Amino acid sequence: MTSLLGRDRSDRVYRRVLTGFALILPSLILIILGVLFFNALPALERFGPSFLWTSTWDPVAEVYGAAPMIFGTLASSMLALLIAVPLALSVAIFLTEFSPRWLRQPVAFLVELLAAIPSVVYGMWGIFVLIPFLRSYVVPPLKALFGWTPFLQGVFYGNSLLAGGVILAIMVVPYIAAVSREVLLAVPASQREAALAMGATRWEAVRSAVLPYGRAGLIGAVILGLGRALGETMAVTMVIGNRHDISLSLLQPAYTMAAAIANEFSEATTATYQSALMEVGLLLFVLTVTVNAIARILIWRVARGAAVGSKAL
Amino acid sequence: MGRRADGPMGGTAREERPVSPSAHPPVLESQAYSFWYGPTQALHDVSCAIPRNAITALIGPSGCGKTTFLRSINRLHDLTPGARHEGDILLDGGSIFAPGTDVVALRRRIGMVFQRPNPFPKPVYDNVAYGPRLNGLAPAGELPDRVERALRQAALWDEVSDRLREPGTALSGGQQQRLCIARALANEPEVLLMDEPCSALDPIATQRIEELLVELKQTYTIVIVTHNMQQAARVADYTGFFYVGNLVEFGATQQVFTRPVDERTEAYITGRFG
Ligand SMILES: Nc1ncnc2c1ncn2[C@@H]1O[C@H](COP(=O)(O)OP(=O)(O)O)[C@@H](O)[C@H]1O
Ligand SMILES: [Mg+2]
Repeated sequence: MTSLLGRDRSDRVYRRVLTGFALILPSLILIILGVLFFNALPALERFGPSFLWTSTWDPVAEVYGAAPMIFGTLASSMLALLIAVPLALSVAIFLTEFSPRWLRQPVAFLVELLAAIPSVVYGMWGIFVLIPFLRSYVVPPLKALFGWTPFLQGVFYGNSLLAGGVILAIMVVPYIAAVSREVLLAVPASQREAALAMGATRWEAVRSAVLPYGRAGLIGAVILGLGRALGETMAVTMVIGNRHDISLSLLQPAYTMAAAIANEFSEATTATYQSALMEVGLLLFVLTVTVNAIARILIWRVARGAAVGSKAL
Repeated sequence: MGRRADGPMGGTAREERPVSPSAHPPVLESQAYSFWYGPTQALHDVSCAIPRNAITALIGPSGCGKTTFLRSINRLHDLTPGARHEGDILLDGGSIFAPGTDVVALRRRIGMVFQRPNPFPKPVYDNVAYGPRLNGLAPAGELPDRVERALRQAALWDEVSDRLREPGTALSGGQQQRLCIARALANEPEVLLMDEPCSALDPIATQRIEELLVELKQTYTIVIVTHNMQQAARVADYTGFFYVGNLVEFGATQQVFTRPVDERTEAYITGRFG
């Protein structure tokens, strides 16, 4: 038996230790930011803001511009959202509004399980299944229909912006669907009933009452998916082609910031090369942290503090 | 959906009473209607005829099935898992549960105002225009007139005529409830179901809504749940008293309040319980 004093002291120690741990995590963000910034400083000083919009990436001449990676990151993520958002929203709406009760949990569970598959497995699947599938069944009809647009120029060899975007889409669907589902579940029944009592069909009630009510949270879910897509590395680098080039065509190889860092860090032998990659890392860090912060604020606002989507985050 | 001849407790002393005083032909008729939430029975053999162009008040202590009954009339229970019913409810002589009934059309004819104001987080104007747009009731050019008319009927126009672009959720509680009434009226239903529409309102807002009800009954049939007996006595032409899932008494308000047939009604209206 410890004395009362002893118990009180151990309580205090315990609390201090916990407080310490609790403070380490937030400070980690600042430490990472600091390290990235410090290491990127040489590149920041040498190339200035033009780093953002020049396209030459030449380790021999020691000239670096990140425009192709920035473009590739944004383009592949946008393409991913274009595909994933309708799919994920449909899943979420089906599960909350239309699916039979017994189907809800199993389907939600399986969709969320998709998020647990390691990135590298998606990458392999992309190489061996997705790319052949795109080559045989998707690209030919797309070219036939929209071949005249700048987005489908050139020959499709496989590794491409298209493959990267589709892989990303599959990877972010579970996140967007899970958070959207929770947002929709948090829409009060009274909103649905208000619409139904006015003579709305189930679908009209969803479209005109449920979705508008949850709009901020749904946008949050989409932006959260964007955050995931921007930072995703392994699967993308395996299928996107890894070429420092800006092409509007989805069929051409591209590059993303995350993929470039992963691929080139081991080869970065000069200080400037390393520093340039650090600057890319800094950009990616700021971009994803900002995007995620916006997403969480939006999701959180829907339930006014009830942290809708916390389970999925 | 079988008919039940005799319930466990319902309908004992009620049958010999005149259920529908003849001045107003009934628009709604409940016939031995019983309702269950899963295993628990919430309504027992409710039978009554609700007259057209009149105000019918449903009174009774909390948890006695008033809301359950109201939500049966526009089939809002269709969405309640585990809900089932026996008996029937007729609208203009036709069963609302008949196979092939267009529930959407039914709900258009039977509007509802809920206990807690539930405006959409859209502009005031769009709240009121919701039904007409949804049901294609008005050409776009006539929509503003229709919105204004509904807002005037709900005695809200003067307060919001310069705030039509503000979200309905930004109004005060009483205004929100009148907005919900306006939203229901803009749909031009035949019957208006109101579930304790004044429970969240201050006396002035309550009085405005009561005046409004009396005006509205020229055109609408109103069924209002209230646990404010003075309110029932003031506005209702007919009153029904619910007690533990039974419609214990139903008749002209005057009669129910001055010469109640059932002693439980008398106990309730004289304030001995509830
Ligand atoms: N969704 C529901 N599921 C189960 N029981 C319910 C539900 N809604 C109401 N009840 C029960 O049904 C009874 C009648 O409730 P209600 O119709 O809301 O009464 P009132 O409106 O007269 O206060 C109550 O005992 C209540 O607990
Ligand atoms: Mg109630």
